Amino acid sequence: MLSRTADHLYWMNRYTERAENTARMLNVNYETSLLPQSAAVAQVGWQGLLSISELLPSYTALYGEVTAKGVMEFMVRDEDNPSSIISCLRAARENARAVRGTLTTEVWETQNQTWLEVNRMLKSGEFERDPGQFFEWVKFRSHLSRGVAVGTMLMDESLHFMRLGTFLERADNTARLVDVKFHAAQRDFFGNGKQKDQEYDFYHWSAILRSVSGFEIYRKVYRDVIRPERVAELLILRPDMPRSLHASMNEVVSNLHLVGSDSGSETLRHAGKLRAELQYGRIDEILATGLHAFLTQFLDRVNDIGSRISQDFLMPEVA
Amino acid sequence: MQKFDEMYTTPAAAGQSQSQGGRQGPSQSQSQGLSPGTEVREHYRTYGQWLARQSAELMKARREEAEMIFRRVGITFAVYGAKDEDGAGTERLIPFDLIPRIIPAREWAGMEKGLIQRVNALNRFIHDVYHEQEILKAGVIPAEQILNNAQYRPEMKGVDVPNQVYSHISGIDIVRAPNAKGEGEYYVLEDNLRVPSGVSYMLEDRKMMMRLFPELFSAHRVAPVAHYPDLLLETLRASSPGTSAEPTVVVLTPGMYNSAYFEHAFLAQQMGVELVEGQDLFVKDNFVYMRTTRGPRRVDVIYRRVDDDFLDPKVFRPTSTLGCPGLMDAYRAGHVAICNAVGTGVADDKSIYPYVPKMIEFYLGEKPILNNVPTYMCRNSEDLKYVMANLKDLVVKEVHGAGGYGMLVGPAATKAEIEDFGKAVLANPSNYIAQPTLSLSTCPTYVEQGIAPRHIDLRPFVLTGKEVQMVPGGLTRVALKEGSLVVNSSQGGGTKDTWILEI
Repeated sequence: MLSRTADHLYWMNRYTERAENTARMLNVNYETSLLPQSAAVAQVGWQGLLSISELLPSYTALYGEVTAKGVMEFMVRDEDNPSSIISCLRAARENARAVRGTLTTEVWETQNQTWLEVNRMLKSGEFERDPGQFFEWVKFRSHLSRGVAVGTMLMDESLHFMRLGTFLERADNTARLVDVKFHAAQRDFFGNGKQKDQEYDFYHWSAILRSVSGFEIYRKVYRDVIRPERVAELLILRPDMPRSLHASMNEVVSNLHLVGSDSGSETLRHAGKLRAELQYGRIDEILATGLHAFLTQFLDRVNDIGSRISQDFLMPEVA
Repeated sequence: MQKFDEMYTTPAAAGQSQSQGGRQGPSQSQSQGLSPGTEVREHYRTYGQWLARQSAELMKARREEAEMIFRRVGITFAVYGAKDEDGAGTERLIPFDLIPRIIPAREWAGMEKGLIQRVNALNRFIHDVYHEQEILKAGVIPAEQILNNAQYRPEMKGVDVPNQVYSHISGIDIVRAPNAKGEGEYYVLEDNLRVPSGVSYMLEDRKMMMRLFPELFSAHRVAPVAHYPDLLLETLRASSPGTSAEPTVVVLTPGMYNSAYFEHAFLAQQMGVELVEGQDLFVKDNFVYMRTTRGPRRVDVIYRRVDDDFLDPKVFRPTSTLGCPGLMDAYRAGHVAICNAVGTGVADDKSIYPYVPKMIEFYLGEKPILNNVPTYMCRNSEDLKYVMANLKDLVVKEVHGAGGYGMLVGPAATKAEIEDFGKAVLANPSNYIAQPTLSLSTCPTYVEQGIAPRHIDLRPFVLTGKEVQMVPGGLTRVALKEGSLVVNSSQGGGTKDTWILEI
């Protein structure tokens, strides 16, 4: 298949996944902000959200003070923000349009319909009337686009490059989420036993879990009260947690296998090595060496794998 | 001007007295709005009865449904410039009209013969002007008209192309108008031999009609068109220069911001071939390759939707990034086919059009089956004299003009405009041709006020590989503005499904 086509497919899914994760984080923050809490705590949440996407400086330049309204505006409908939901959905659709002939009719129409609808919802005020509903909708369009692809596309390179985009993006996004949320909670990470803090902890950690659809999974897997180290274990190491780093890297490796060419073997080696560390890693070791350092290194390596994929498949040098 | 409609016969006397709005109004009442003596033509009879039974509300709902589907499917053309208010970027829908344009099968059979004859002669002509130039030696066409033409590509002299076919895909624009005897006749208005577009709308319009009105297709024997992509692929594969049994065909597009991008993607998908951009191709040792995830892959046939000027920056426009450097070398070495061939523009220029009937006689020894619209060439002093005396009744066109520019429509022009244009013609007569203002046929069409007659044309797509073939019909374009003759989509034209009907 054409390298350029692979590139568009890969980015189409990266952007769709990014839009979904942004919607997830906004939704949880929005729901949390409805709980009784101090203004300072609420602001920490919105600030954290901007930090995840490394957008705090550009937000401040445009909007000044961090407010719920400002952040929602900036992260949902601001077309000058390349990470906003509208920008991600536009990029996903533009990439789809560039290769619409490679996609099944169903995949293309799903992408196009999402784009037409999101414009309608933002224009008609539907988003402001019920932000929660809007975020759910973004999530479901992403679920739908993955499902339609798996359910209708020939299982060839096209699909593998799309899947590669999805899971590399997911690995990146989950890592960022965990990093920022643990960073925010660092001062009371190991708790000091006070009742008030325990309550705060519960909402803090359950919000993270809910943002990755992991709250019920946590209960099912651990049958225990919510403990930060277990949240970290679930989101980093559990291979059966669909949005964990380990599960995402499993998919990255298997899809890399499927598109593999000779030039891809070094990329595969790097991805496989990273996966192995998650496979054989233990959460107490990771916490002992420092979670932030671990995640920063993980993000660098995911980023490196992304560049290698581009180099190997998407933008090869002239033969 | 005498009215000449596809659906209704109009007796000459009644035609004169009929008011402008005679056929307007909601669909139920239209049959009452007709002047006495007007009848539905035979091939529209069943359709006319069906239409009279449809409520205005139902037809309105169908129009909205069609628009919604076209948007969702993304059948749009890109417009350069401002954004839509709905944020859909720069993509617009081409208006689709629900009322089909119907042509009786026996009329189509004659038209088809004429198209095959014409395209054969045009291909013989293009081969000739890049080889022996016999038609010039015989004095049928003045040599300087060809050799000084901007569309003549000296790079193509002596280049042999497979099957000696240059125009693999030809879009021949046809209009129907009354002839001297007052009968409807199909005339060729223009030949499009470079990168004719619109075939995707022909296919999508049919799909839409079958989806909206399945019952119409069980009541009519409408000739199918859906096999066009198959014929196109067969044509392209037959044009492969190599001995490879499985030639690799690609569609070359300028990219997703081109106005016809939808069509490029559509045809590539329907044929199951790669849609490439210039950046995806490279030339090595005079062979063309595309960059794939598994390394370079040889390309044998390029169905290009990029103009000659942009194909190869080493030969044509040096700043072009839409093509592929070295492509012409590979082409001239016979290692790749370019469809349509480079240099076909020399045969579809307005200054060459008047000679096509003579080409048919010269190369095929036959009388033309389809006539040209009578054309005066101002370069001939006789013609010039006539044109200058009759400017107010003629349409005068610059030979290299396109899209309705550089044109005088005599009956619609002011006295001053006619005078100015006359001066321009006298200053450089060979730059102009003139044609009588034809009474182009109309077809009932949905407009804001209801159903009203609008002018139409027809573009059949003629494919030439080892042999000439086409699907029955073509793209009917309709000028939506009242009285307008301009059917181009860029100027508010719409499309209709075209039925070739067995009756």
